[in-house]
Amino acid sequence: MIANLPEIYMTQTKAGPDIAAGRLPDDAYAENFGDLHPLLDPHEAAVEADRCYFCYDAPCMQACPTSIDIPQFIRQIATGNPTGSAKTIFSQNILGGMCARVCPTETLCEQVCVREVAEGKPVKIGQLQRYATDHYMAENDTTPFQRGAPTGKKVAVVGAGPAGLSCAHRLAVHGHEVTLFDAREKAGGLNEYGIASYKSVDDFAAREAEFILSIGGIELKTGMRLGDDLDLDRLRTEYDAVFLGIGLGGVNALGVPGEDKEGALDAVDYIADLRQAKDLSRLPVGRRVVVIGGGMTAVDIAVQTRLLGAEDVTIAYRRGQDRMNASEYEQHLAQTNGVKILTWAQPRTLVGENGALSAIELERTQEQDGSLAGTGEIITLPADMVFKAVGQKLVQTGLEEKLTLERGRIVVGPDRKTSLDDVWAGGDCVLDGEDLTVAAVEDGKIAAESINASLSA
Amino acid sequence: MADLRTEFIGIKSPNPFWLASAPPTDKEYNVVRAFKAGWGGVVWKTLGEDPAVVNVNGPRYGAIHGKDRQLIGLNNIELITDRPLEVNLREIKQVKRDWPDRALVVSLMVPCEEENWINILRKVEDTGADGVELNFGCPHGMSERGMGSAVGQVPEYIEMVTRWVKQHSRMPCIVKLTPNITDVRKPAQAAKAGGADAVSLINTINSIMGVDLDVMSPSPVIDGKGAHGGYCGPAVKPIALNMVGEIARDPATYGLPISAIGGITTWRDAAEFMALGAGTAQVCTAAMTYGFRIVEDMITGLSDWMDEKGYTSVDQFVGRAVPNMSDWQYLNLNYIAKAKINQDLCIECGRCHIACEDTSHQAITNMVDGQRKFEVIDEECVGCNLCVNVCPVENCITMEAMAPGSIDPRTKKVVEKDYANWTTHPNNPMAVREAAE
Repeated sequence: MIANLPEIYMTQTKAGPDIAAGRLPDDAYAENFGDLHPLLDPHEAAVEADRCYFCYDAPCMQACPTSIDIPQFIRQIATGNPTGSAKTIFSQNILGGMCARVCPTETLCEQVCVREVAEGKPVKIGQLQRYATDHYMAENDTTPFQRGAPTGKKVAVVGAGPAGLSCAHRLAVHGHEVTLFDAREKAGGLNEYGIASYKSVDDFAAREAEFILSIGGIELKTGMRLGDDLDLDRLRTEYDAVFLGIGLGGVNALGVPGEDKEGALDAVDYIADLRQAKDLSRLPVGRRVVVIGGGMTAVDIAVQTRLLGAEDVTIAYRRGQDRMNASEYEQHLAQTNGVKILTWAQPRTLVGENGALSAIELERTQEQDGSLAGTGEIITLPADMVFKAVGQKLVQTGLEEKLTLERGRIVVGPDRKTSLDDVWAGGDCVLDGEDLTVAAVEDGKIAAESINASLSA
Repeated sequence: MADLRTEFIGIKSPNPFWLASAPPTDKEYNVVRAFKAGWGGVVWKTLGEDPAVVNVNGPRYGAIHGKDRQLIGLNNIELITDRPLEVNLREIKQVKRDWPDRALVVSLMVPCEEENWINILRKVEDTGADGVELNFGCPHGMSERGMGSAVGQVPEYIEMVTRWVKQHSRMPCIVKLTPNITDVRKPAQAAKAGGADAVSLINTINSIMGVDLDVMSPSPVIDGKGAHGGYCGPAVKPIALNMVGEIARDPATYGLPISAIGGITTWRDAAEFMALGAGTAQVCTAAMTYGFRIVEDMITGLSDWMDEKGYTSVDQFVGRAVPNMSDWQYLNLNYIAKAKINQDLCIECGRCHIACEDTSHQAITNMVDGQRKFEVIDEECVGCNLCVNVCPVENCITMEAMAPGSIDPRTKKVVEKDYANWTTHPNNPMAVREAAE
């Protein structure tokens, strides 16, 4: 269950925080957490695909971290060949289905679409990608790729998130024997436990993981955590190569008094519980919620608490809205869901009695000579729950003694090789990682190619 | 408001928009609805002899669609009217009586025997209809029985039947031509020789709309089989325009009134046909797609355009483009144009580049100083206009004429100010030489 949740949820008193489950009518949950962008129907897809100009040296393709041949896959939809379209997508990005749902396309392919430039209405690349990949996954049980002839080489892939799945799949294509470890119960990483529910309905993350593993040659072992159940040195001895796609298991603290109060929660933990909840009407949520942060996680938690029935949800961000990591689209999504965005405010104290939270004090901020400073002006927001969404960090578990880390992340080269010759890494755990599913997929793909080259040498 | 009234071979109508002989004009009910909607005239769906023909009871139409189901082309395998002759004649008489100001022309198709024509002409004359249109164009079903396009493909038959009609009837006679021939001027000349008052064209084009790849049969599929039908709709307009223009400018038929048919969907389409010599514009597919109400915009659109151009009556612009319809050999070879890309409008899709690079003259860049940029290379540009046509932004690429006296960067030659065509070009073995030679 949710970490840090106060006992008082169930035995609420007038004076205590107002945290309760079942704030909404029963049928509201399914509606609120339904698909954010329902699947295009064939006619919509044909019309939308026809909008694509099939650009020469297309900017969208340049902007895609996995270099999907976007004009080609859209043309394949337009010509009535969605299967071929999906193959075009999967050949560059085996998690094309999830990326179609979660990619911030408005800052990637769709931002540079010439239709965006021309008329402010880009081709709906993400939705078309979903159309093709959903079609393929509905019609086929396995990926369009064959497991390669066995090479006799064994690779350990640690972390079954987007980077690990991508890496494992590509290694299987090359015929290597892969053991895929994950600390959690299920594969998928943040796809399964992290992203907002309305972006991945109908258990898509689990279905996609199963789809990827169907290529064969990948043994999934869950409940195995690096540092606890797995040791890097032993993996290096037992396998010919190791890929680390372990994500960022730790959460940054606010570093203010009162942070340990009940009701002050890590956004990622709450989202994980929400994603795994069988019945959302039984998930307790505060009446007044304050989210600290400005990224995708902040928006995800803010919107989802609203959708659970929180009455008053505020995102507090310490700089201006233009500096938020959450894309403009995500910010609008928050605002249209009734989330208030309070900018230029940083947390000072979490206030409450008897260990329970009642309010958060924020200090107004301003930029002075390029750095952020408090103005001394204090705003107090009543709060039953405060979510910390100020970034995650690597749980190092002794890695720092074995690998070169910098600013708490694993340092890798362009081929995603770490400072160790037989260890590669990718996804959120590496330095300069982009914090995007699609970037993690690319890391896994590049690493797999590099591992293959190394093992074939 | 401009005067749209039309007098075509003596037949008056309040505007030049007529419904073509086709399913929309098969019955009194439809025709009355059309007149109420504002159509200037109709050509009643082709009458034949009793017993009436039968139609297939499966699909009679097939279509080509754009991605958003825009109907681009339609084909049909309907035959002439399948209602008894007397019923049609009775309704025609009633409609003409009720709508005296509208044009009502009756389309006819009977076997190529003089008696058959005499017989039906007498009956039509009794209805008070304004004229007849001889259907020498229907390309399916009837042609297999020696009628329709089977007649229209043999100029001698056209002339013979037209002569009978003019001999045995006082009604104005329009001969409807088939496009399923090699040179449309020949049947038009035959119609004129036979005494036709006008020609109308084009009838539909022989066509197979597609192949059903599951059934492995041409579509539309009727119980596992398909047959060719007649193609019409917006897709055929360019073919019709050419044929209308060829007849309009042929010295042998110059001045012969033309009623245009073929993909006319808007007032502008109609204006284009009229500029190429047509006195009236017949419509079918557009009405079958949208209903009769489209005539409202055809009327106001044409009228507004005429006001804008200063035309007060339609005869002021009918045929105005005919003198400019020329042959390739007379086009000015000294006219030199270069494509010009307006960088402010360019959205950098690169279609002009790849079209030119892969399929034409390598005259458009994709990169300038390391930046994505599409510019015309005047040294290579032949002025072909392909880039203009593939560019998704209207008016982004234009063809700019080079000023006489300047140097064409491609040929390094001076742009001559004088007109010169192929007939006198030195590369032409048949060129007309100077008299001194």
